[in-house]
Amino acid sequence: MATAAAQQTARTQLGTGRDGTVGTVGTTDADDALARAFDAAVAADERIEPRDWMPDAYRATLVRQIAQHAHSEIIGMQPEANWITRAPSLRRKAILMAKVQDEAGHGLYLYSAAETLGTGRDELLDKLHSGRQKYSSIFNYPTLTWADVGAIGWLVDGAAITNQVPLCRCSYGPYARAMVRICKEESFHQRQGYELLLALSKGTPEQHAMAQDAVDRWWWPSLMMFGPPDDESSHSAQSMAWKIKRHSNDELRQRFVDICVPQAESLGLTLPDPDLRWNEERGHHDFGAIDWTEFREVLKGNGPCNEQRITQRKRAHDEGAWVREAAAAHAAKHTTGAPQA
Amino acid sequence: MTTTDWPLWEVFVRSRRGLSHTHAGSLHAPDAELALRNARDLYTRRGEGVSLWVVPSAAITASSPDEKDPFFEPAADKPYRHPTFYEIPEGVQHL
Amino acid sequence: MTAPSTDTPAVSAALALGDDALVLSHRLGEWMGHAPVLEEEVALANIALDLLGQARVLLSMAGDEDELAYLREERAFRNLQLVEQPNGDFAHTIARQLYFSTYQHLLYARLAAGDGPFAPLAAKAVKETAYHRDHAEQWTVRLGDGTEESRTRMNRACAALWRFTGEMFQPVEGVDVDGAALEAEWLASVADVLRRATLDLPEGPRSGAWTAGAGRQGLHTESFGRMLAEMQHLHRSHPGASW
Repeated sequence: MATAAAQQTARTQLGTGRDGTVGTVGTTDADDALARAFDAAVAADERIEPRDWMPDAYRATLVRQIAQHAHSEIIGMQPEANWITRAPSLRRKAILMAKVQDEAGHGLYLYSAAETLGTGRDELLDKLHSGRQKYSSIFNYPTLTWADVGAIGWLVDGAAITNQVPLCRCSYGPYARAMVRICKEESFHQRQGYELLLALSKGTPEQHAMAQDAVDRWWWPSLMMFGPPDDESSHSAQSMAWKIKRHSNDELRQRFVDICVPQAESLGLTLPDPDLRWNEERGHHDFGAIDWTEFREVLKGNGPCNEQRITQRKRAHDEGAWVREAAAAHAAKHTTGAPQA
Repeated sequence: MTTTDWPLWEVFVRSRRGLSHTHAGSLHAPDAELALRNARDLYTRRGEGVSLWVVPSAAITASSPDEKDPFFEPAADKPYRHPTFYEIPEGVQHL
Repeated sequence: MTAPSTDTPAVSAALALGDDALVLSHRLGEWMGHAPVLEEEVALANIALDLLGQARVLLSMAGDEDELAYLREERAFRNLQLVEQPNGDFAHTIARQLYFSTYQHLLYARLAAGDGPFAPLAAKAVKETAYHRDHAEQWTVRLGDGTEESRTRMNRACAALWRFTGEMFQPVEGVDVDGAALEAEWLASVADVLRRATLDLPEGPRSGAWTAGAGRQGLHTESFGRMLAEMQHLHRSHPGASW
């Protein structure tokens, strides 16, 4: 990775520093030309497509980011699926099932985007199962009550959408297209969460307390979803230069806070931050300090559900192996229309 | 077959009658029949389609970005293929 | 709350068919996050959502959908014992799907062709169940004619659930179909799928005093009580609340 990054840095410098006539060795010349074409395409806001030349580090960054995003979708099914069998009305049950199903679908769109970069889904799942690739830490928190389903929809999906909308303009074509589809489908996710919480907030005192408790527990983890502060974010600068990322972590976090404050008021619920107040001068809300120690601990694997989430994922995968093998064996016996893997 | 890594398929969806099939994405399936069903479940669950194609990804031959210039540039300098190339006296209709 | 005491035939029938759809939808919902491959997460959820949609229409014909789903005691449920059977492995789920969706598809095709109270629902449901039946048949063939292990598992599952299949053809008040003809067609279809899947046609009895035949009268199997406890717990914990 270090060499790839170094190579990229070199190419970027070459791309901006040379006029294209320098160099007599064919490969270097060709490489320079490719690097310049790539930089020019990114600079012109054109999309990079799968078979285009791209710097190794760009490819690696994308694989890592898209895979982590895909893993988050499928691990993210678990905390909500936890409530499908207990949903308190048939209407809510249908909504929740459709939502968790969408998450499986979104995982599939994203894995297929990652595969255009030359890494197979099996390999990506293997990396998830062995802990070599991560998923969003938010899903390592438990869903303790029905109201958590609402808080996830409102806050977690809300934060995710804030993060994802700019990704629809990401420089890598297949990722951007997957995100367009996902954002379109996810618009109902956040609304259903908000509506669910509203019903609880306006319901019995017990229901209201349930909603407030859920918001109290999910607020801070949601703010952490935007990642470490800009001055500590290791990948941010390069990703912004490549237009994989369009806004900084802190910028998006601020945008999310500003959106949520009036929404919480309409819900009749409070956000658990005594320092939260409007700052006339900045034109934004000030908010309290985030507990980054907790963030790092959960990231390291010490969150309340890290072990449980991966164990369930691995179990489903392992227990499904005989099914996948059977279908592959059947296809091999009856070869019509079945290409070799 | 020792691998359980199901092959990759490209999915094309006709969103409504009168339009051609458009590439929607890809998926994994052990064979063509299940590929079609997986495509239905994955890419048309909000009523996005009236017809589906699935094609083994391995069966697609694509032009290479390296060939972009020889393939596509020669078409750029033949403006006489376009109607706007021709000057027609004012007042001539249905042309 | 027990079953409405003044059941008309149409209400009894709506409860029987609605409970089948509700309970099987619930069981399929239990798969979410546990399916053998991601594509199947989406497929099983689609089937569960179709069934839940049918259940809501049918239960609403009999009363308030949520009161009926969440406040009835076990003995008031009229679903087949087949649909309440636990998911087991994927082979058990597919065998249950094969048996039930074949029945449901044949039944709804008949109801759609008639002019009874279920004709409008059946006209929509017959398309949904055709897809469920196809899904079950596709997987039965792949698991049967797949690997040695998958054939063993699938044979075991088909045999284990066989004794719950006789109940589907018992007369249901308010459902105007020829049970014997339905059964003959079902048997021919299932036998054909099992043959194509190189699986054995199970030989045991298809009903018995304590095995099957009683779900429609409110007598269920052990795991059903636990399923209902989970399904109803939250709703019952907040009497009168809206969600």
